[in-house]
Amino acid sequence: MPGEKSASVEEIDVSAARKIAAGHRAQGNSLVTVLQDVQTEYGYLSGEVLEAVAEEMEVPFSQAYGLATFYSSFSLQPRGKHHICVCMGTACHVRGAANILEKLERDLGISSGETSEDLKHSLESVNCLGACALGPVVVVNDAYHGKVSSRDVDKIVADLE
Amino acid sequence: MTVATRLANAGDLASLRQKILAGRKSTKIAISVCAGTGCRAQGSMELFEEFQRELQEQNLTDVEVRATGCHGFCEQGPLVVIFPRKIFYRGVKVKDVPRIVEKTIRNNEVVDSLLFKDPATKKKCLLENEVPFYAKQQRIVFRNNGKIDPTQIDDYIAADGYAALAKVLTKMSAEQVIEQVSQAGLRGRGGGGFPTGRKWDICRAQPGDEKYVICNGDEGDPGAFMDRSIMEGDPNSVLEGMTIGAYAIGASRAYIYVRAEYPLAVTNLSIALEQSRSLGLLGENILGSDFSFDVEIVRGAGAFVCGEETALIASVQGDIGSPQQRPPYPAQAGLWGKPTNINNVETWANVPVIIDKGSKWFAGMGTEHSKGTKVFSLVGKVLNTGLVEVPMGTTLREIVYDIGGGIPKKRKFKAVQTGGPSGGCIPESLLDLPVDFEKLTEAGGMMGSGGLIVMDERTCMVDVAKYFLAFLVDESCGKCSPCREGVMQMHSILCRIVQGEGREGDIELLEQLAAYVKESSLCQLGGTAPNPVLSTLRHFRNEYEAHIKDKKCPAGVCTALVEFEVDEELCKGCGLCMRDCPTEAVIGEKKQPHKIDVELCIKCGVCYEDCPFDAVIAK
Ligand SMILES: Cc1cc2nc3c(=O)[nH]c(=O)nc-3n(C[C@H](O)[C@H](O)[C@H](O)COP(=O)(O)O)c2cc1C
Ligand code: SF4
Ligand code: SF4
Ligand code: FES
Repeated sequence: MPGEKSASVEEIDVSAARKIAAGHRAQGNSLVTVLQDVQTEYGYLSGEVLEAVAEEMEVPFSQAYGLATFYSSFSLQPRGKHHICVCMGTACHVRGAANILEKLERDLGISSGETSEDLKHSLESVNCLGACALGPVVVVNDAYHGKVSSRDVDKIVADLE
Repeated sequence: MTVATRLANAGDLASLRQKILAGRKSTKIAISVCAGTGCRAQGSMELFEEFQRELQEQNLTDVEVRATGCHGFCEQGPLVVIFPRKIFYRGVKVKDVPRIVEKTIRNNEVVDSLLFKDPATKKKCLLENEVPFYAKQQRIVFRNNGKIDPTQIDDYIAADGYAALAKVLTKMSAEQVIEQVSQAGLRGRGGGGFPTGRKWDICRAQPGDEKYVICNGDEGDPGAFMDRSIMEGDPNSVLEGMTIGAYAIGASRAYIYVRAEYPLAVTNLSIALEQSRSLGLLGENILGSDFSFDVEIVRGAGAFVCGEETALIASVQGDIGSPQQRPPYPAQAGLWGKPTNINNVETWANVPVIIDKGSKWFAGMGTEHSKGTKVFSLVGKVLNTGLVEVPMGTTLREIVYDIGGGIPKKRKFKAVQTGGPSGGCIPESLLDLPVDFEKLTEAGGMMGSGGLIVMDERTCMVDVAKYFLAFLVDESCGKCSPCREGVMQMHSILCRIVQGEGREGDIELLEQLAAYVKESSLCQLGGTAPNPVLSTLRHFRNEYEAHIKDKKCPAGVCTALVEFEVDEELCKGCGLCMRDCPTEAVIGEKKQPHKIDVELCIKCGVCYEDCPFDAVIAK
């Protein structure tokens, strides 16, 4: 949020965000589309970036912030170098996804939705990735792992370093 | 692609088709690799590249390597089919490539170990349609999936693609199109089952020239992935269906709303849009007619409620996706306040075949009020998981046992959950139910988008109900309080029940709240949210009672209520559980019965899942 700007030590360069916003605005595209592309660029949506986007799109900051919090694909925090995503769809659930998530939480020492302090790992659960035939599914930096057992989790975690 | 010259009329399209077909010899050797998300997740793109490299190296340059969409049997992936014999290989790894090229491509021999083995008869299946998983299926919506390369419009055209559109534009009036879709008895595949022809007619009858068409590709129901598969594997069938619909309704612009989690669908749809535009199958004066129409893709941003049509419209407009009071219905005032017709991906993909083969043919399949086929995603505790397309009216037993091969590890079937978070669980006693819109609803389930999640004796029905409510608490948009607060209250009651703190009267309280939430929520998310609880209460009330009264979880899932124990009779002392236990709670010598130290056990459930002899039991 704007008031918390001082929390980040490094200044974030918002010029890329401004450029993306200006481009979409010229084409009449929606604010959601802008935020998607800006997130692709930065990896997450910081307060500064959201402010810049809102300014460029000539909408109140609250509107940009509202969208960023409503839609779950937007992240307001930086993600870890390794982003681990556990599918919590029904098919994965009945095949023990909750146990897999708990094991990852234990092994990584962070809870679902958190990023480790050294920014190395972040862990997230998603509602369904649509790869249900392979459940339980864990995605590590876009690489899918299917039919994951607790032993596979050991391997996944070991491979993260 | 052949040449991207605009097709000036329907005749041009027919000659293009002839030209493409003439250029394809049916005897040509081709390797077709499945490149759907499921197979990609198991390494099919590396496989694709390896085939190309190997063929190059061996100078077999006239062998084609093709990437197709999903075959529906993702669990057995990566899948490879070798033409012209159509030899069906499953679970193919990069290391198998030299063997396949040497044996099958060079010497026309079969690599036995890569064939599918029917677990029942132990017979190996050479062709895809010999595999029991496919034998009872009837593939209409999936007519091209797994056969064509979705990034080549030529493949779609060669398979009679866009013939229906040409027919509509040259021979049919808008009214005739609507009549044919109505006669076919097509009903919406997005969940509600509203008659598609009637929906189009309502939108068509609205005043004004500016109308919109939307394809709902949000596919939010966890456990369902047929829409993803269609968008990825046969995007042109969706575009053709939408174009025909737009012609009937009188719309000239359309949007496809695709879920955030489906990047490959966005890529393949974008390619299809570009290719069909360059052939004049989209854009100004399609096939030389005076009908102009174009489509744009909108990416979702991750919100289940955006699958609801009014929320989806808000989201396309760039707003927060919260539902609006209906009426006015989207057909009256939808996108930008204009009449808008929304249909689901699978609904659209049915349209070209109906035009092509006629309403009689389509209405010949299915039950009295549900015509055609339905694609189900058969997942969970079932042997053959994947996408299954069967005529409406097929029984659940046929789907779960004949196609799905039954429950793994010889465990007992408990229920099948249908309809996603708005649906319910159907018990064994109703397995002979012929599935259609009405029958599923009567049984306390719902067609929904077609997820069929199979559950066995180790699935706890209270936990399942809690799972869905947690999902809905998370996804409620918060606009109206019955849904926002009511579902949360129901969820917290379930939480206390699975914690062993359930009270006398909790079941009745759940029922009261359910009635209230159902009655007074603004949109169908809240309106159907109590269903998972109500249906499990209806068919599995004893499990709730066991949790509340006996403080036991019969399925061994709710950790607060179970204690794991090794059955000394069954334990073979294999040591698997000991190796995997995170807290060293398992003790025992090799080949001797093991024991669990309840003090150290954190009830992670690993040993319970692991044990090959089911010797770990939950008490
Ligand atoms: C909470 C909620 C979520 C929905 N999600 C979807 C969805 O993901 N995909 C879909 O096609 N329809 C979904 N629907 C149904 C749509 O509102 C709409 O009825 C449907 O897209 C109409 O298309 P059809 O007539 O072809 O089924 C959802 C409805 C509700 C209430
Ligand atoms: S029922 Fe739930 S999702 Fe629907 S409008 Fe109300 S709060 Fe939002
Ligand atoms: S449930 Fe987990 S902690 Fe308990 S004995 Fe089994 S493996 Fe060990
Ligand atoms: S992705 Fe290959 S079969 Fe489904």
